[in-house]
Amino acid sequence: MSKLTSMHDAVSDGVSDGDSVYLAGFTHLIPFAAGHEIIRQEKRDLELIRATPDLIYDQLIAAGCARKATFSWAGNPGVGSLPAFRRAAEDGIPTELELEEYTHFGLIAALDAGASNLPFAPLRGFIGSDLPEHNDNIARVESPFDDDYVYAVAPIEPDVAVVRAQRADESGNAHLWGIQGEVKIAGLAADTVILSVEELCSEETIRSDPNRTVITSDDVDHVVHDPYGSHPSYAQGYYGRDNEAYIEWAEIASDVDRVEAWLDEWVYGVENRREYVEKLGVDRLLDLQPDHSYATPVDMGAYR
Amino acid sequence: MNYTKSELMVVAAARELENDDSVLVGIGKPNLACNVAKRTHAPDLQMVYESGTIGSNPSSPPLSIGDPVLASGAVSIEPMRNNFNYQLQAGRLDVGFLGGAQIDKNGNINSTVIGDYDDPDVRLPGSGGACEIACHVGRTLMITPHSARRFPEEVDFITSPGYVDGREGRKELGLSGGPEAVITDLAVCRFDERGEMYVAALHPNATREEVRAETGWEIEFADDLETTPEPKEEELRLIREDLDPDEMYTDQAE
Repeated sequence: MSKLTSMHDAVSDGVSDGDSVYLAGFTHLIPFAAGHEIIRQEKRDLELIRATPDLIYDQLIAAGCARKATFSWAGNPGVGSLPAFRRAAEDGIPTELELEEYTHFGLIAALDAGASNLPFAPLRGFIGSDLPEHNDNIARVESPFDDDYVYAVAPIEPDVAVVRAQRADESGNAHLWGIQGEVKIAGLAADTVILSVEELCSEETIRSDPNRTVITSDDVDHVVHDPYGSHPSYAQGYYGRDNEAYIEWAEIASDVDRVEAWLDEWVYGVENRREYVEKLGVDRLLDLQPDHSYATPVDMGAYR
Repeated sequence: MNYTKSELMVVAAARELENDDSVLVGIGKPNLACNVAKRTHAPDLQMVYESGTIGSNPSSPPLSIGDPVLASGAVSIEPMRNNFNYQLQAGRLDVGFLGGAQIDKNGNINSTVIGDYDDPDVRLPGSGGACEIACHVGRTLMITPHSARRFPEEVDFITSPGYVDGREGRKELGLSGGPEAVITDLAVCRFDERGEMYVAALHPNATREEVRAETGWEIEFADDLETTPEPKEEELRLIREDLDPDEMYTDQAE
């Protein structure tokens, strides 16, 4: 069954004010287009969950969409800090921002507990750290079998996850390659899943290489075909990270007026990702395009 | 041959790595150090990144720990959950690089907040993978400028454990491994049998007075205090021509 829709309709249908939202992708395949659509639709009071809030949550926070951030590393990767995140956390501008903080391992384990229908997930994490004192969803538990111990994290089950992949069929079976991050478990942990892809493909293409499937149609509610939907992050094999944009954001985001102007120009001022891409221009996209390097095909065998 | 402090820091860190090590690499100077080691004395060095890439062989300096150059040509790519479970938690990694705003006498690192957690003077990025790297690798390395602000006697917040309140304290928590070396722009510091940081080697032209002035406690010096060996021509050539030609992560001498 085709679940193909537009990002506008997927967000309008899938995301409500007050929801907990996980935009997945660890540095790779970050759902920027979905984030911008959430800003355009003026969703409010969201709990934004992401291991690395990255620029996209800085933009959502600056636009006033967030009441809470659940995270494990809030920085601009390779560049510095997230000015809007800090302004909200330190000074309550434009909204107060509650923080729920983990380590990467802790947050991923919590998502895994959500994805696995477990009351908690154990990990050898947080040991010797001050973090558990500041988060009630992290607790030390003793081993029932010997005198060892671990830390446990409560499950994270987002209302909505947006996950991206390079390609999927119209029913939502998705192939992803490169860094997989937490895409699969974020999708499995969430109630509603919006899948956005660089390319649509046939079900036959998916079935030709089932090991490459990261999420299946059973878990997907909406499929959106949104080329360049991860710019300025990247999609392995399609385009590289637009580092200029990451560096520029550090400057723009330090100034509230410049943030407003940027949102007006690049988010409110365009209707969808296609218009955003047109505005970026051909030169900039060509500069981000890698050369080809194909994996050697595998022989799955045609059995009788 | 002329060289800068940052070039010396990269080379000193590279020399901490051994040929059969598997190392959890960070962005910037740690990445340069690992690549210098791999192209000189440690060709079999296995580079693993927090993003799950194993055996990365980057064709250009990665801009983040999830850069596509770390994925293309890697030996394997693991989902995050697997990478933290099986590589890090299970103790498969020998060395890890850590960064942070503060490191204290016992090698504990703060990358979370300056000041009070609930009302911070400065909100820093937080742990990311750092806490569990500090818990589970055999040897942690840190490359950081030497300043009193960065080297307090006690950190404001323990993000990542060093020797906690001493080697015994770390052991009681069930942790092995621990901080191996802190490479600054003045010195190479190590940790004594109590788990306390001391100066093992001074960089050429650096003085004890400078180190004392830039450290937040009465740091001790090794009886057999060494001078950090200068970078070799080949190491400098690798940094300047191959690894960091645009001086993104190092200042370079003419």
